[in-house]
Amino acid sequence: MSAISETPTVGLTHAGSEDTGLGHRGPESKSIVVPYGFWLFVLSDMILFSALFATYASLVHATDGGPTTNQLFDRSLVAIETIALLVSSFVCGLAMIAAKRGNMLWTQGWLLVTGLLGFVFLSIELYEFASMIGEGAGPQRSAFLSAFFTLVGCHGAHVTAGLLWIGTMMAQIWAKGFRPHIMRRLLCLSVFWHALDIIWVAIFTIVYLIGTLP
Amino acid sequence: MSPIFGKLTWSAIPFQEPIPLITSIVVILALAAVGLWITKAKAWSFLWNEYITSTDHKKIGIMYIVLGFVMLVRGFADAIMMRAHQYFAVGQGQGYLTPEHYDQIFSAHGVIMIFFVAMPLVIGFMNFVVPLQLGVRDVAFPTLNNVSFWLTASGALLVNLSLFVGEFARTGWLAFPPLSEKAFSPGVGVDYYLVALQISGVGTTLTAVNFITTILKIRAPGMSYLRMPVFCWTSLASNLIMIAAFPVLTATLAMLMLDRYLGFHFFTNDGGGNSMLYMNLIWVWGHPEVYILVLPAFGIYSEIASTFSGKPLFGYRSMVFATLAICILSYTVWLHHFFTMGAGADVNAVFGIASMMIGIPTGVKMFNWLFTMYGGRVRFTVPMHYLIGFMLLFVGGGLTGVLLAIPPVDFVVHNSLFLVAHFHHVIIPGVVFAILAGYTYWFPKAFGFTLDERLGKAAFWCWFVGFNLAFMPSYLLGFWGGTRRMQHISDPSWKPWLGIELIGAFVIALGVALLAWQLIYSIRTRDRRRDVTGDPWDGRTLEWLTLSPPPHYNFAVLPDVHGEEAYWHRKQRAIEREELIPEPDYQPIEMPLNTPTGVIVAFFASLCGFAIIWYIWWLAMVGLVGAFAVLVWYAWRDEHEHIIPVEEVRENARERRRIRMENLHQLSQST
Repeated sequence: MSAISETPTVGLTHAGSEDTGLGHRGPESKSIVVPYGFWLFVLSDMILFSALFATYASLVHATDGGPTTNQLFDRSLVAIETIALLVSSFVCGLAMIAAKRGNMLWTQGWLLVTGLLGFVFLSIELYEFASMIGEGAGPQRSAFLSAFFTLVGCHGAHVTAGLLWIGTMMAQIWAKGFRPHIMRRLLCLSVFWHALDIIWVAIFTIVYLIGTLP
Repeated sequence: MSPIFGKLTWSAIPFQEPIPLITSIVVILALAAVGLWITKAKAWSFLWNEYITSTDHKKIGIMYIVLGFVMLVRGFADAIMMRAHQYFAVGQGQGYLTPEHYDQIFSAHGVIMIFFVAMPLVIGFMNFVVPLQLGVRDVAFPTLNNVSFWLTASGALLVNLSLFVGEFARTGWLAFPPLSEKAFSPGVGVDYYLVALQISGVGTTLTAVNFITTILKIRAPGMSYLRMPVFCWTSLASNLIMIAAFPVLTATLAMLMLDRYLGFHFFTNDGGGNSMLYMNLIWVWGHPEVYILVLPAFGIYSEIASTFSGKPLFGYRSMVFATLAICILSYTVWLHHFFTMGAGADVNAVFGIASMMIGIPTGVKMFNWLFTMYGGRVRFTVPMHYLIGFMLLFVGGGLTGVLLAIPPVDFVVHNSLFLVAHFHHVIIPGVVFAILAGYTYWFPKAFGFTLDERLGKAAFWCWFVGFNLAFMPSYLLGFWGGTRRMQHISDPSWKPWLGIELIGAFVIALGVALLAWQLIYSIRTRDRRRDVTGDPWDGRTLEWLTLSPPPHYNFAVLPDVHGEEAYWHRKQRAIEREELIPEPDYQPIEMPLNTPTGVIVAFFASLCGFAIIWYIWWLAMVGLVGAFAVLVWYAWRDEHEHIIPVEEVRENARERRRIRMENLHQLSQST
């Protein structure tokens, strides 16, 4: 048996070990712990969406004599929406690179573009919602439409929260610069923003693409 | 509807109904008395600084446990009212509760006991014990931990508020549609239910994020996965289930809210809605929830079995595998809650067999505890009483569960009193006994003195005997065709059995009273029951290495772990050599600062929740904006930690070493 000694390790807020990331050599550093925790949160969000997807899949034919997917969805409008969101994710990546280099101007600029593209996405979505409700195909019309508005709307609500977060982060970077904890937050924001893309790809496929098959 | 007060009017206060009115007045007076007492003791600033705003996992754990026990009294009062009513509502008798009131009571009883008793207690133990057992100083996200607690408390507050303002749901604890839809439950009862569970559910999801990160990323050096105490493993499994199950609950309740508030058609009878979709979704959360509660309980039993048998846990690895097997299987059985849906013989067979399979890892655990005791030097302390009582009862409860997992049998006893007997038969010995055992076991670690053994044993016997009296007759009544949730019972021949059950409820009430008296008595006599060594039970895991109560930072230096049972080996070595390890080089310690973020966010969440229940939209906006503003304010802080100076750390550590040295001499002289 090896000699028992007490390793003086500082509190878990200091830089801990980063060698393996597995945590068996003492508490990990915050740069591992914080993004890891955030990934777990994103995972929980994915599960929330999976419940909404399951609901949509089981109610998609419950139209109650009302409009069906083929009558409602417009692929070209959704294509623009999708491009806006995917490009915003790319731009978000550029903002991260600029932040790593400590370039305030480019970081702020790219974050602004990310947010604007998100805003474009959201505006198209709201326009789609408004025109559907105008045609009498609102969420109260049928179970299918309830499920549609909830699934897509929940994604939209996440994008809105993301916009709020982007704005807050921009203000924070401006006021406090690229401190380690701000950088960690920025990393979490970009994880969140990319995760919304993944969910959108699933929505695009399951709702719009399959829904507009002839 | 008024734009300022929404649906809220004076008629929401139950002036016409004596029972809720008197209860309300009593509760308000009791709260005022407690407030006055705190003011008189000048303890507000102590409470604010040491508990309410604390980011210390031990303090947060204690707050969870206090919340759980307070709500236990509330939930238990509901239980006594139901049992008493049933006894008087047989044949010609009409009892003393109206159907509307009785329905609210059984709904509140279930909601409170699961969400605001069992959950806070289990999470409380995880909070208090897990970082200590892992040999570290706090959880991964201490402030988030505080926020989670206060969100849970906010949900509990709203459920209790429904007693004084408005009403509670009359739909049972899971609010099945279409009954819970606006068409059939137009009042605010279901809204109270939905909003309270949404708020506390967010807290629980965040707890899961926090604890998975903690257990996987923050452990003492050398604490590899297969050296973690079993309680840490079961907590990990429980949190993994939480993170995968609670978002489903959030989504499901959100859909029901959309149905009720905005006229959506998820689960309605019209518009193509499908109420069986709700059953599936709610039980995708609901069945794993059972294991969220019982796995940490199994962990508590494992710690106790090993400590009080003076042996390492038998089959540690099989225990870990059994835990993870249950963690995964818990997701594959939800349909057994509604075999009668009519999914067909094949589907029912698959889910029936999957349900029975959970009995296998559970059986492994049972044998492991038995073999841990076998050949050990068993000390029959209070926690050991609960463990043995649990093993005797839980096998029976598990077997009736296997019976219910057979679809044809389930068709006969579905929604009967047999089912009610079954789930109380697993949850009371499985979870409640474990909580009471853990409470006795870790109390000295939290407060520095032990609880009175004699009163503890008396309380155990009341729970054990009372439980059997209160629920065993229900198996019979269920076989005779008794369905659950009946406000009136027409067959007069059942009265004697209901009488036995009522007596059982009173015996349990005596047990609750004895627990209260045990606490008061132990506090009064604390000077002669001090735990000076920090290791009152001759423990084997790292929480017993530090002082009782532990300093804020738990360990002056993080312990180095070599092998399973980290503390036991270290202790044996010290006894053998009659010396402690050489004094390490102490360092200043950074600890997270206290923060009022949690309590303020929860205040705004409660405000927003109350506003949504009563359709006061401007107030709901105030709540949302307020909560967001607090989070931004918190994110703007510059000071994250405070530093505990090395002198303080060294002084405390030397004091601990002196005590342990003294103890070591006594030990070596006695052997």
